[in-house]
Amino acid sequence: MIKAILIFNNHGKPRLSKFYEHYTEDTEQQIIRETFHLVSKRDENICNFLEGGLLIGGSDNKLIYRHYATLYFVFCVDSSESELGILDLIQVLVETLDKCFENVCELDLIFHVDKVHNILAEMVMGGMVLETNMSEIITQVEAQGKMEKSELCAFLSLCRPLSFSVPDRTGRHRLGSQGLRRVLCRP
Amino acid sequence: MALKIVKGSIDRMFDKNLQDLVRGIRNHKEDEAKYISTCIDEIKQELKQDNIAVKANAVCKLTYLQMLGYDVSWAAFNIVEVMSSSKFTYKRIGYLAASQCFHEGTDVIMLTTNQIRKDLSSPHQYDTGVALTGLSCFVTPDLARDLANDIMTLMSHTKPYIRKKAVLIMYKVFLKYPESLRPAFPRLKEKLEDPDPGVQSAAVNVICELARRNPKNYLSLAPLFFKLMTSSTNNWVLIKIIKLFGALTPLEPRLGKKLIEPLTNLIHSTSAMSLLYECVNTVIAVLISLSSGMPNHSASIQLCVQKLRILIEDSDQNLKYLGLLAMSKILKTHPKSVQSHKDLILQCLDDKDESIRLRALDLLYGMVSKKNLMEIVKKLMLHVDKAEGTTYRDELLTKIIDICSQSNYQYITNFEWYISILVELTRLEGTRHGHLIASQMLDVAIRVKAIRGFAVAQMATLLDNAHLLTGNTQRNGICEVLYAAAWICGEFSEHLEDPMQTLEAMLRPKVATLPGHIQAVYVQNAAKLFATVLRKHEGETDSHAAQETSQLLIDRLPLFVQSANLEVQERASCILQLVKYIQKLQQKKVEVAEEVTALFAGELNPVAPKAQKKVPVPEGLDLDAWINKPPSESESEDEKPKAVFAKEEPKHSRSRHTEVDEKELARRREARKREQANNPFYIKASPSSQKVYDAPGVEHIPVVQIDLSVPLKVPGMPMSDQYLKLEEERRQKEKAERKKEKKKKREKRGKERKADSGPESEEDIAPAHQVDIVTEEMPENALPSDDDDKDPNDPHKALDIDLDKPLADSEKLPVRTHRPEVLKSPAEDRVNESIPQETKKRSGKEKKEKKKGKEKDRKRSKEEKKKKKHKEVEEELLESHPEEAVQSEETKEAATPPTSTSAEASELDFWLCSAPVPPAAQEETAPSSAAAVDTSSAAAPESEPDEPKDAEPEDTKSSKHKKKKQKKEKEEKEKKKKKRHHHHHHHSNAGGEDSVQNGTVEEEEPLPPMSNYFLLAENSYIKMMKEDADQVYDIQGNHQDESKVVVSVIFENKSDSFLKSMEFNVLDSLNSKLQRPEGAGAHDSLTVPFQLPPGISNEAHFVFSVQSIVMPQKLKGTLTFIVKSDESSTHEKLDFKLHFTCTSYLITTPCYL
Repeated sequence: MIKAILIFNNHGKPRLSKFYEHYTEDTEQQIIRETFHLVSKRDENICNFLEGGLLIGGSDNKLIYRHYATLYFVFCVDSSESELGILDLIQVLVETLDKCFENVCELDLIFHVDKVHNILAEMVMGGMVLETNMSEIITQVEAQGKMEKSELCAFLSLCRPLSFSVPDRTGRHRLGSQGLRRVLCRP
Repeated sequence: MALKIVKGSIDRMFDKNLQDLVRGIRNHKEDEAKYISTCIDEIKQELKQDNIAVKANAVCKLTYLQMLGYDVSWAAFNIVEVMSSSKFTYKRIGYLAASQCFHEGTDVIMLTTNQIRKDLSSPHQYDTGVALTGLSCFVTPDLARDLANDIMTLMSHTKPYIRKKAVLIMYKVFLKYPESLRPAFPRLKEKLEDPDPGVQSAAVNVICELARRNPKNYLSLAPLFFKLMTSSTNNWVLIKIIKLFGALTPLEPRLGKKLIEPLTNLIHSTSAMSLLYECVNTVIAVLISLSSGMPNHSASIQLCVQKLRILIEDSDQNLKYLGLLAMSKILKTHPKSVQSHKDLILQCLDDKDESIRLRALDLLYGMVSKKNLMEIVKKLMLHVDKAEGTTYRDELLTKIIDICSQSNYQYITNFEWYISILVELTRLEGTRHGHLIASQMLDVAIRVKAIRGFAVAQMATLLDNAHLLTGNTQRNGICEVLYAAAWICGEFSEHLEDPMQTLEAMLRPKVATLPGHIQAVYVQNAAKLFATVLRKHEGETDSHAAQETSQLLIDRLPLFVQSANLEVQERASCILQLVKYIQKLQQKKVEVAEEVTALFAGELNPVAPKAQKKVPVPEGLDLDAWINKPPSESESEDEKPKAVFAKEEPKHSRSRHTEVDEKELARRREARKREQANNPFYIKASPSSQKVYDAPGVEHIPVVQIDLSVPLKVPGMPMSDQYLKLEEERRQKEKAERKKEKKKKREKRGKERKADSGPESEEDIAPAHQVDIVTEEMPENALPSDDDDKDPNDPHKALDIDLDKPLADSEKLPVRTHRPEVLKSPAEDRVNESIPQETKKRSGKEKKEKKKGKEKDRKRSKEEKKKKKHKEVEEELLESHPEEAVQSEETKEAATPPTSTSAEASELDFWLCSAPVPPAAQEETAPSSAAAVDTSSAAAPESEPDEPKDAEPEDTKSSKHKKKKQKKEKEEKEKKKKKRHHHHHHHSNAGGEDSVQNGTVEEEEPLPPMSNYFLLAENSYIKMMKEDADQVYDIQGNHQDESKVVVSVIFENKSDSFLKSMEFNVLDSLNSKLQRPEGAGAHDSLTVPFQLPPGISNEAHFVFSVQSIVMPQKLKGTLTFIVKSDESSTHEKLDFKLHFTCTSYLITTPCYL
């Protein structure tokens, strides 16, 4: 089981938090902070697993994380998950984000956290891995996007078109450029 | 209307959307909180509007704010509103918000049930998908119960997208509503073979998650998973399955044997590291579960260790970490094969990555030997000095102590060295583990008698230099050590060279800054030291020294009398008065030393931590007996508010009472024992615990003698490093000596020598000290290991459900119904109705039966003796087959049909047996199969293979294995025969109550005791009961040819409605067929020749033809009928299973249902 998925940046600002068990908002923030402290201390070229009973229950749990450019992707999992499998899942997630956002960067995650949630929902459900095939994930995400658009078009036909201004993208660090590194064979 | 919408949407243009909110927050870095609070006010306004688009936008923003840590539960109702929007866009926003902030305590959740149900059955797959995703995050027990059935239907949805989500969410439903597991499980199992890989993977995922918590219930799925493992190419699925097998193998060693080969193949063939790693892990689990010493498995170990070495040597830190992790698992069972990689592991200790260092430390624990302990610890001590972070250093410290103290200090050859290590460790700054070092010091000093002198000297130095430890307030973790030091110095003060000086050190004013419990120990042990000093100076003509000591105490103790700590205060004032009194005596020149020493006389022995729990109840003491007459309830209420100190009173009355009523008590005890013996629910004490317990005296304390020839060496300085050199010198010397000996003895024990290979094996290193390690006191027959209780709050405990039991009718998932269900099935009614019927029948047959009964009894007692033997064998078998064991235990309570479960179990056996049978198992089977032959000599072996499996599709086994099967069929058959016999014995052994097992009876409803019919199946309308075996129907027809079995069934109408058009149908098997009227097809049903008014029961006979009487049969059947009430009539059906066991054929009882 995956207990939580956290994405935060190099300064510990949360970009996405998904807890598969209920915690109060305060505890959630505390977990994010604590996880950030644990993860940010670590050098780049040391292993991506962290043990230790965090606030999220029990010593059975592990933190498995990856660091891409400005973002940390952290999965908190229990012993039923394969460590290397989760590392690959993180890779799949980042690559999917990269495809869906066309060259993803931190700003995409900042301004479209809902969309990231929707993508994640196609991969992990209730703490269990739902789909690992990237093309399948993208198909479903795009199909839902289309549905949304068609609803929006129906709606917009009643009023003036909305301009979807994309926030300025100057000086952004592409995750894909240096971030996407394939360490392992995809299972 | 349209205008309103347009107006609303134009309004929306001016609202902030999520992007605006985010941008705004980023632009207000200084006053973020203030900005957000204004935003929340805006959101509150937006939520008040009618326009759903505005609301959805507001909820979307709230979701973002929730991530930032703002409580948004106040908007829960609005979220529900947005969830119920017909537009997918808004619905998704609503469900996302709900999944982020709803939980079991959210009260509006109950409003969502119908909305979710609607969405689940929506024609648009994404509506359903979104609802499932959301539900997976906030499902509550109520939602789970209400929606379980809807989700179960979705598991067979046409779209794989919905199927896989529905399958996954079932796990959450099971957790919240465990009752749904059994009804849903068959469908979940089907999904393992779903054509869509995603659905398959989801099903594997769910079952693995379930099985991980309660593996024994899923053992029967092993063949299916094995097939998946050999056929699947999806690495995610493979990893999950392989992990699952890792959890299953400890329960079934035969499974492990079967797995080794395919796993080894995978290890060789796969290129994915993750899969390789999991394979290695599971192979390790298999090897652990198998008894060691199997020659052909050393190759597997070698393969694992080899692959792990490759991982550890990899430059990728992740692989290195995992390699070490897996290595530590091998270490537990095969330390030798890991020890050869010591170099690699020591190398990892220098790794820059702390996680890797910690893993390597774990491994070191298992790698020490007498030979290398000092060397390894020296290396660790170096790391302790170098370590920067306190956590890592603390970890090192605990590891050093763990390593040294493991298995009762097995590897320590020189305790002086160990004490010096402990003393060196006290110099660590800011460690949290002072108490750990302290407890080690105490333990060693108490248990290793020979070391006390040395230990006391060291401790005295520690006490003298206490200011070094306590000087810094930050280091107070370490001052725990002083607790040990003070106690050791006091208790073993006879070893002190200068007790006076130590006494002085213990009474320094600085001591008052120590924590209370340490001060208390100081004061108490100061008194002990005082006694020693007095004794030392006794007899001396000049009593000046003794008097000086008394004066010292009298001067210093008042400081402790003023202590804020009660314990310190009490001890200090006590001892102060004592010393004052002694001083008086001293002035009168009275010799007091003897008496003062007597205060502290006697040896204190270490007591094992669990000793108290393990003390067996002495013979004759009955803890359940009432001490007083049980007080009436009103009395106890009155008594309660009485004073706290009144507790003593009942104690007095207790002793009197027991004396007076000794006889009466004995009588009652006898009665209770008898009652308990007859009560199947009472857990009887195992014979081992009934052994007579005689309290061990001091002479009974086991003392481990380590004999040795080398005398004690006391080096001047307690530096641990010196010991290393000394040790080496000593060993060299010994070696030289031994070489001489060897030459002499070589001829004598040529063979023995070969056994311990290596130039210097473990046994050769003798400890440097003559050491008695006193083991901790434990009551006899008690083992220090104790069963760890599982966490009672674990939600997975509720899912420990037997999945092989057939579904009872009551277990169906709740479905919304339009007509109220008739729920009138009180047990009493049935008793009243069935008894008169039965008595009628009985009276007719009673005479016959009496005769038969006697004969039977005689037979039975003979048989029972035989069976006892079998049972022993069976029990052994059951041990290796935990699932069955558990089930047979359960049958007593739950009255499940054992034949059905054992049929499944034997299927598993069959599958497992195609792997070579271990020699031990063969030995077991030999005698029993021989016994089986004579009873079943008439068996026609050709008809064997098609029998118990017909319930399950043959294709569960891969065709590859079919060939193997046929080859080994002969062996198997024998085995099966034996198995079956065990089952018979099982039934008949348990006698009367056991026969209930044959019907599917619900737990809550015990059968009327007089009945000779057994419940076959029932629902709220009808109850079907089977005839008991005692009533014999002759087998009609020819034994050789075709036998006929008559089954009589009683149908009882339990409802208020009229039951008609009852049709009885059974799915024929190859062996047994329901006899139908000529012209009817093989699948037609028989009409029951009567109708049932409310509350009436009637009996019908059905004839079955049986091909072979050597096979047990399990037939599935259904009864369909029409329920006719005043308003309506409905069509209902009831499923049941008929069981024909072999014994029923053999003893000319046609049917033993």
